[in-house]
Amino acid sequence: MAKQRGRGMASVNYPTGMNLGGDPSQALIHATTTGSFVVTLSSVDLGQGLKTIMAQICAETLGIPTDNVIVDTADTDTGPHCMGTFASRGTHRIGNAIIMAAKEARAVLLEVAAEELEVNAADLETDGKGNIQIKGSPGKSISVLETALAAHFKHGRTISGRGIFLQPRSYPEPETGRMTPATCYAHACTVAEVEVDTETGEVAVLSLKSAYEVGRALNPRMVEQQIVGGAWMGISHALYETTEPYYPDRAHGPVDFNEYLMPGPGDLPKFENVVIERPAPDGPYGAKGVGEMTANSPIPAIANAIYDAVGVRIDSLPITPEKVLRALKAQAA
Amino acid sequence: MNRIPLRFHLNDAEIGEFIDSGTTLLSLLRDKLGLTATKSGCNQGSCGACTVLINGAPQLSCLVLAARCEGKSVATLEGVSDNGTLHPLQRAFMDGFAAQCGFCTPGMIIAAKALLDRNPDPDRGEVIDAISGNICRCTGYEPIIDAILAAAAEMRGGKRKSA
Ligand code: FES
Ligand code: FES
Repeated sequence: MAKQRGRGMASVNYPTGMNLGGDPSQALIHATTTGSFVVTLSSVDLGQGLKTIMAQICAETLGIPTDNVIVDTADTDTGPHCMGTFASRGTHRIGNAIIMAAKEARAVLLEVAAEELEVNAADLETDGKGNIQIKGSPGKSISVLETALAAHFKHGRTISGRGIFLQPRSYPEPETGRMTPATCYAHACTVAEVEVDTETGEVAVLSLKSAYEVGRALNPRMVEQQIVGGAWMGISHALYETTEPYYPDRAHGPVDFNEYLMPGPGDLPKFENVVIERPAPDGPYGAKGVGEMTANSPIPAIANAIYDAVGVRIDSLPITPEKVLRALKAQAA
Repeated sequence: MNRIPLRFHLNDAEIGEFIDSGTTLLSLLRDKLGLTATKSGCNQGSCGACTVLINGAPQLSCLVLAARCEGKSVATLEGVSDNGTLHPLQRAFMDGFAAQCGFCTPGMIIAAKALLDRNPDPDRGEVIDAISGNICRCTGYEPIIDAILAAAAEMRGGKRKSA
């Protein structure tokens, strides 16, 4: 009886978004009379940071500070339609819709500024700090706030834009089965190191090392945050979580956090992560979806590491001490 | 249920209320006093989201009858910042990207504050022990542990490791 160490790897090829009846998202943008812009969405921020990323994309396209963007995700009854926040689609689908809307709003912003400055709109640029200036001569400029007020009170124009991104539904070709379910794929590879206690069947994950290719990391700290949170969840799915330990028998299913097990802060392995950027041609500023895939590759990597450590293949999740011990017993018999 | 009078100290205020005798501290804070930073995750003592300080010690407010706080001093996240200036723990959580959905954050910060109040120089294991009753679904815990250590270092006057 001993503690055995093993190492396993797994890779993931993860489609951004999904292919059901088409995959659209819409965004509406308008200027307020405070010089801020409101992005109206019915997409939801459930902690993954959607609001931050959408504000960044909007600000970048409009050419204004991120602080001057208000992202309103208030209401799926009244907001422009969105398929939802899942399938790692938010950054890509909604981000593209926002770029389209912001381009339209920016064109109006520059037209109004051009009238105010009595120049050609094509000669104007934004400085990213809240001003619109003549290209090459920053001396002659007007603030975004003044432009918004002028549009509203003098020109009778709305500085606004409409955006939609639609990934149309793809059907398989009857002859070959070929189809295009997604336009871009993110990739990752995880190497897991585990220690299996052959006496108790317990598995400890010692390290998880991952490389992620995510298109462009629009907010690198948040990408890192997703990867660590996802890696933890991968361990949790691999070794701990189940609502039906004796599926399909509901007996002994957990009913609360005391019985529904997850790794705690004391069960963390050493995480090491590398992000590789290869901008996607159709991604907003090159971004792909990174969300869900971060919980994917750790699971088979851990299962493979267990095989490497003690030579048993466990093909149902979670890999509990009981399953490990039964497999070891069968192996010895 | 009996209506009973209750007086206690909450953050910077003296509170006097008539409460139902079965009211939990969590329910009093959130439903009656409108202090919603303290979260209700499980309402049965297993997630830590409702952690508050009672006379300086971390307690699960979902398991504490409000009536037991008579004459005591209760601290919630609302009282952690100083007149709009964030506590070093709050800043370290922001700088260290230690929150995603944020649901666990109030309980984490209170549990961490209880630790740093009695041990300003904890090691990693002591930080892990201090938050081991607090569940987080999003962050993988590591950024939270790092943020608490960074705040501790700053409060001791040292340089912060992260950010
Ligand atoms: S709400 Fe009190 S421990 Fe979960
Ligand atoms: S940040 Fe979501 S539960 Fe901790």
